[in-house]
Amino acid sequence: MIRLEALTKTYATPKGNVTAVDAVSFEVHEGETCVLLGPSGCGKTTTLRMINRLVAPTSGRVFLSGRDTGTVDPVELRRGIGYVIQQIGLFPNMTVAENIGVVPRLLGWDAARRRRRAQELLSLLGLPPEDFADRYPNELSGGQAQRIGVARALAVDPPVLLMDEPFAALDPVNREAIQDEFLRMQRKLRKTILFVSHDIDEAVKMADRIAIFHSGRLVQFATPDDMLAHPANAFVASFVGSDRTLKRLRLIRVREVVVASADGRADATLPSVSPDDDLRQVAALFLEHGTDSLACVDASGHVLGTVTSEAIARRLARDDSR
Amino acid sequence: METLSFILHNLPAIGERTVEHLSIVSVAVGVAILTGVPLGIAITQSRRTADSVLYLGSIVMTIPSIALFGILIPILSKIGHGIGWLPAVIAAMLYAQLPIVRNTYTAIRNVDPALRSAAIGMGMSALQRLVQVEIPIALPVIIAGVRVAVVINIGVTAIAAYIGAGGLGTFISRGISQSDIRQLITGALALGLLAIAADYSLAWLQRRLTPRGMAPRAG
Repeated sequence: MIRLEALTKTYATPKGNVTAVDAVSFEVHEGETCVLLGPSGCGKTTTLRMINRLVAPTSGRVFLSGRDTGTVDPVELRRGIGYVIQQIGLFPNMTVAENIGVVPRLLGWDAARRRRRAQELLSLLGLPPEDFADRYPNELSGGQAQRIGVARALAVDPPVLLMDEPFAALDPVNREAIQDEFLRMQRKLRKTILFVSHDIDEAVKMADRIAIFHSGRLVQFATPDDMLAHPANAFVASFVGSDRTLKRLRLIRVREVVVASADGRADATLPSVSPDDDLRQVAALFLEHGTDSLACVDASGHVLGTVTSEAIARRLARDDSR
Repeated sequence: METLSFILHNLPAIGERTVEHLSIVSVAVGVAILTGVPLGIAITQSRRTADSVLYLGSIVMTIPSIALFGILIPILSKIGHGIGWLPAVIAAMLYAQLPIVRNTYTAIRNVDPALRSAAIGMGMSALQRLVQVEIPIALPVIIAGVRVAVVINIGVTAIAAYIGAGGLGTFISRGISQSDIRQLITGALALGLLAIAADYSLAWLQRRLTPRGMAPRAG
């Protein structure tokens, strides 16, 4: 879907050439979310901005659905790619509905169709259209504004979204909420997303794949679980943190480690978890109850088996993550 | 009391002078808007050009208006308009340039870079960005520049009475030469009221043209 081939950006400075992005290649499949992760100045944002050609690559190519983006008119290219930035950039002179309608208007949609589309997207993002469509950006909270920013990027239903630290400016509570909503929405929409972040927790939560950058180079491209289990080098290991095993726990569901009990019953004295819980909850219950095994019970009360610390250790040691 | 009866007896003449005055100011400001706004937008592309244009504008502002009229006499007499309406309009137009160009330039440059970034990223062309985003956002500040220009021009045009351009300045120039306090007061009063009225109506226009989402909100 999106393929980068030896993408490079060098800037001429008085002290000589500086390579901001150095021969980065990777491929993101349709419907996947790839998080570009790294400390500031690592080249992740420049890489993102070369995809919609806000930054012209020095060399290398970007293919979008097999088409070399270097051969397309940049203005036309950008209209087909959703773009969300940290500062949101809602136009203060336009209402929410007009902001969402910007790209549709550039593409010549009529007013009624633009309005319908805006209402549809507001509903999708959980903002009642009758309440929000005619507000101005200065009448929105930060979280609401960023939801409108996402709606605006989705206006013409582009297959690809580029998101540049979209949730970084929000407070932690709001950020969690909007991340969860976004994940729920993405499960329905299956967009191909490139998402820049400097936050390992956000990356682990949002990504199907993580591309981790260090001084302009792509140092590892892997699934979150793989990256946490096998950091490619010392930089990645220190960036993901010494608690990387704990971070992995959120990625694994109870159903993946449950050991089926032969008789369909479990020890009634054990605390229970649902098969869709992640292993953080299991770890919390282990510590809370001083035990190393739990019953796994589904929503209808049917006992699926037991979860043991041994089974979890086996899962964490396994190499074939996903 | 004498002044009052002078005013009452000369209302038609005052009206005529006001119309003359306004015709000079409105033509001058109109031309200044048509040239100054595009110029102010154009110079946002280059810092150095902007600096020299604004510097030039400031120099023009330092020339006393009576001197500027003097400079224009030999130049415009070549086309037979050394004095009168044309030099008055040209001088007023030159004084109107700086506030209009400077405000346009500042307003466009101060548009939040994030908005520019978002607009480009969404696929707006440079012209679409200007028309749909930058000018609407800059408009209140541009109009503030026009307000300043109008008030300056009402004053400059008063001096233009000395080169036979007519207008409310005529009462003042005659009042001085004839030592007639009634005419002096009439002219000064009318000019003051005109400036206040013009400023108020432009302030109203400025509020009307401020995009609703950018208006300062009460509470």
